[in-house]
Amino acid sequence: MSALIKGETGEWEIVIGMEIHAQVTAQSKLFSGSAADFGAEQNTQVSFVDAAMPGMLPVLNKVCVEQAVKTGLGLNAVINKTSIFARKNYFYADLPQGYQISQFEDPIVGLGKIEIDLPDGTTKDIGITRLHLEQDAGKSIHDQHPTKSFVDLNRSGCALMEIVSEPDIRGPEEAAAYINKIRMILRYLETCDGNMDEGSMRADVNISVRHPGDELGTRAEIKNVNSVKAIGQAIDFEVARQIELIEGGGDVVQETRLWDPVKMETRSMRSKEEAHDYRYFPDPDLLPLVLEDGLIEKIKATLPELPDEKKHRFMKDYGLSLYDSSVLIAEKSRAEYFENVINDNDPKLSANWVINELLGILNKESKALEDSPISAEQLGGLIALITDDTISGKIAKEVFAEMYTSGKDAAVIVDEKGLKQVTDTGAIDAIIDKVIEANPDNVEKYKGGKDKLFGFFVGQVMKETGGKANPKIVNDLLKKKLS
Amino acid sequence: MTDLTNMTMAQALKSLDNKDFTSVEITQAHIDAMAQAKDLNCFITETPELALEQAAASDARRAAGNAGALDGIPIAMKDLFCTKGVRTTAASGILENFIPQYESTVSQNLLNAGTVSLGKANLDQFAMGSSNTTSKFGNVISPWKKQNGSNADLVPGGSSGGSAAAVSARIAMAATGTDTGGSIRQPAAFCGLAGIKPTYGRCSRWGVVAFASSLDQAGAFARNVEDSALLLKSMCGFDPKDSTSADITVPDFAAALTQDIKGKKIGIPKEYRIDGVPDEIVKLWDNGIDMLKDAGAEIIDVSLPHTKYALPTYYVIAPAEASSNLARYDGVRYGTRVEGDNLDKTYENTRAAGFGDEVIRRIMIGTYALSSGYYDAYYIKAQKVRRLISNDFKSVFEKCDALLTPTAPSAAFAIGENEDDPVKMYLNDVFTIPASLAGLPGMSVPAGLDSDGLPLGLQIIGRPWDEEMVLRVGQTIETAANFTAQPQLATDKAA
Repeated sequence: MSALIKGETGEWEIVIGMEIHAQVTAQSKLFSGSAADFGAEQNTQVSFVDAAMPGMLPVLNKVCVEQAVKTGLGLNAVINKTSIFARKNYFYADLPQGYQISQFEDPIVGLGKIEIDLPDGTTKDIGITRLHLEQDAGKSIHDQHPTKSFVDLNRSGCALMEIVSEPDIRGPEEAAAYINKIRMILRYLETCDGNMDEGSMRADVNISVRHPGDELGTRAEIKNVNSVKAIGQAIDFEVARQIELIEGGGDVVQETRLWDPVKMETRSMRSKEEAHDYRYFPDPDLLPLVLEDGLIEKIKATLPELPDEKKHRFMKDYGLSLYDSSVLIAEKSRAEYFENVINDNDPKLSANWVINELLGILNKESKALEDSPISAEQLGGLIALITDDTISGKIAKEVFAEMYTSGKDAAVIVDEKGLKQVTDTGAIDAIIDKVIEANPDNVEKYKGGKDKLFGFFVGQVMKETGGKANPKIVNDLLKKKLS
Repeated sequence: MTDLTNMTMAQALKSLDNKDFTSVEITQAHIDAMAQAKDLNCFITETPELALEQAAASDARRAAGNAGALDGIPIAMKDLFCTKGVRTTAASGILENFIPQYESTVSQNLLNAGTVSLGKANLDQFAMGSSNTTSKFGNVISPWKKQNGSNADLVPGGSSGGSAAAVSARIAMAATGTDTGGSIRQPAAFCGLAGIKPTYGRCSRWGVVAFASSLDQAGAFARNVEDSALLLKSMCGFDPKDSTSADITVPDFAAALTQDIKGKKIGIPKEYRIDGVPDEIVKLWDNGIDMLKDAGAEIIDVSLPHTKYALPTYYVIAPAEASSNLARYDGVRYGTRVEGDNLDKTYENTRAAGFGDEVIRRIMIGTYALSSGYYDAYYIKAQKVRRLISNDFKSVFEKCDALLTPTAPSAAFAIGENEDDPVKMYLNDVFTIPASLAGLPGMSVPAGLDSDGLPLGLQIIGRPWDEEMVLRVGQTIETAANFTAQPQLATDKAA
């Protein structure tokens, strides 16, 4: 669903590539033993190495390497058995070494691809260019003192995976779908918690425009887009800016631009003269990273079922729609919950209850599935009562509401409240007779052709039974009596 | 100078065991020598109280039967090794008042062996120099004088000039050094000492202020080969905190010295016979060759064809790494800071004030060599040539056990000489740099005096991890040359 934009000189195609920085889930930093927890008191997770004291040396954390390999496998990518750490040199107050240890020419993960799910119910493949490991910088704090800035080095040296996409993304929806899918994969793999609020996942967006079929246009790199919403807004602004610029006879400059979420605009960060020359070179403190034989296979064996595999399995095995499957696999725990609900129940009915009822109310109350008062087994129990005609779908919604507040099992509630469906045709017969007797006018009208009144009779019968009568039996009997 | 300051470490260790004297006594004797030779400016930070404390503790350990390999021996520590609680400057202004909260692995290894530290030895700033004239804390003066009537102060060599001068002047029994392109071997030659740089990876670089990471290697100075072997043994060892440290057993280097070199093949690289080297050096080399022949070694002429490219290669790679290694000295977290109107100005002011000219020169060369557009022509090219130089050594070591060359192209020169032209200064390391680029062990041993009565050294280069052969050949030269000269300053003081 390429979103083409109409301009004065014809239609424009948006071309986007993304660089996602994902903090590796690990006990300690990429090259030091310091803790890597979020939210610790400032400068309490800083070793001599992280502070770049004289003579300190980096030692690679093996766990981070394994996490990167795992992520690479999850992105269906080539794992490079030899990769090289390089120094990216620049000065900044929150960069203690004066260089960031990253990977440049030889990253640990090469070409891969993932499938994204679009709002119109289609999917699309997006190419992954590479994934490399690198150190995070510290954090500069500028608003605490009139003339001084402060630096918090807790984050300095934490392991990041930079995941670079091919320029395959064609608009804000695809960009959102891409980042959501990457986040989902990382969370399935437990290699990054994907928390954008805490900065453990951040994105830079490379944007250019072209007339369809033309060569790629010159791109601008947009930084500081820290939510899926901001990514959409930044793309909209930047695309409009570039089209206006080109159609006005100007040229897009290849540059880094900063997204300003207050003014809702992108701004040039530095001029060409100020552009950094990072002077990359292989870090002489570190040997080339050579993956041991068998490590990749070992990690492959620990991979969970990935979101897209799960999605396709749900569609194939359970006959679910792409949309329902996509919703259910969005979180690993959600998919697990759903599969526990099914048990012997009908998958489609189960999907409806999970998506529409349970996720509906949880969303409304801003609760996570983990906090649901109704367990998967309990919801499965409720659906089983519908399936075996113990209760009607309508009564089930009442029982569900009661379950949600009390946490009781469906069967207990049905018992306590006497909600068991009436399937005794004799009893229903008697009630129908009573209703017909009480409404001679409507019987007359119905028989005179006013078919719509059938619903009225059903309603009256249900009212008399407190909603417990089996609707199908009521329908059948009523039709007979009124004919 | 007393007898206590003019004995070898091996003798002193025996005497300590025999209770001929205590560590406190021998340490005090060296502290006195240090006080008398203050003019030489061997130390940036003297730690006599700490030394006496350590000596007393050593005596207690020895009395309890727990003495380490070098227990009670007073040594000098090059001020490039971070020492916990003791100021570590790298001879720079930017670290003028820096007190580390950690101990480098090498200095910790020596503490574990029981050594006593007299202080932090002067050096060229950030180990950049061949004359110890770039220190923020002033020049080190060699204890040696020319015997031609000139009273000019001579350089001790560099960068480990303070270490070499202290050992030579009998202020310290031995000293640590670091060698990036010759910073142990050249001052050892200038000061008439045995100085060994082991294979890259033998000594941990953890806690050593970095100059050029792929070349930096710690090593030992002593007044004879055996002592250098003893000190080196206690410095080496695998360190998981240094990813380039080698997980290889450290042999008993001194034990290797009991073996001769009969039948060993010694290579003489023809490319080291370069124009402009004084006849005296050539003669010394030929003498060395004869000594080895006399000891039963087989002399082989060999070729290291890429030798002439070593110096320029080094002066691309070492500054490139240095430009990045020294970026951390920005005045933000520790060290000297000179405030400016904004962050960039603070960097500029801080680094302009904190670094000397030679350091700034090398940072600029290195930054240039790594810059976009020049990287391939300089850094990448230099790495390729470095590989060729390594391969040269690899192939000659298929047919010989060690190489013999001069250590330096001249004897010690006067302070101020060679200062006008950096390249002239850089040429001092022309014989030592190739082995550094190849990561090979090398040592200098005193082999004679020039016509001015100044020491001259010969260099032995060995296979990777074969320090034992290097030491054996070194000791063969030492024995044959019977080098007994002492610096005039030391003999004057004794008189």
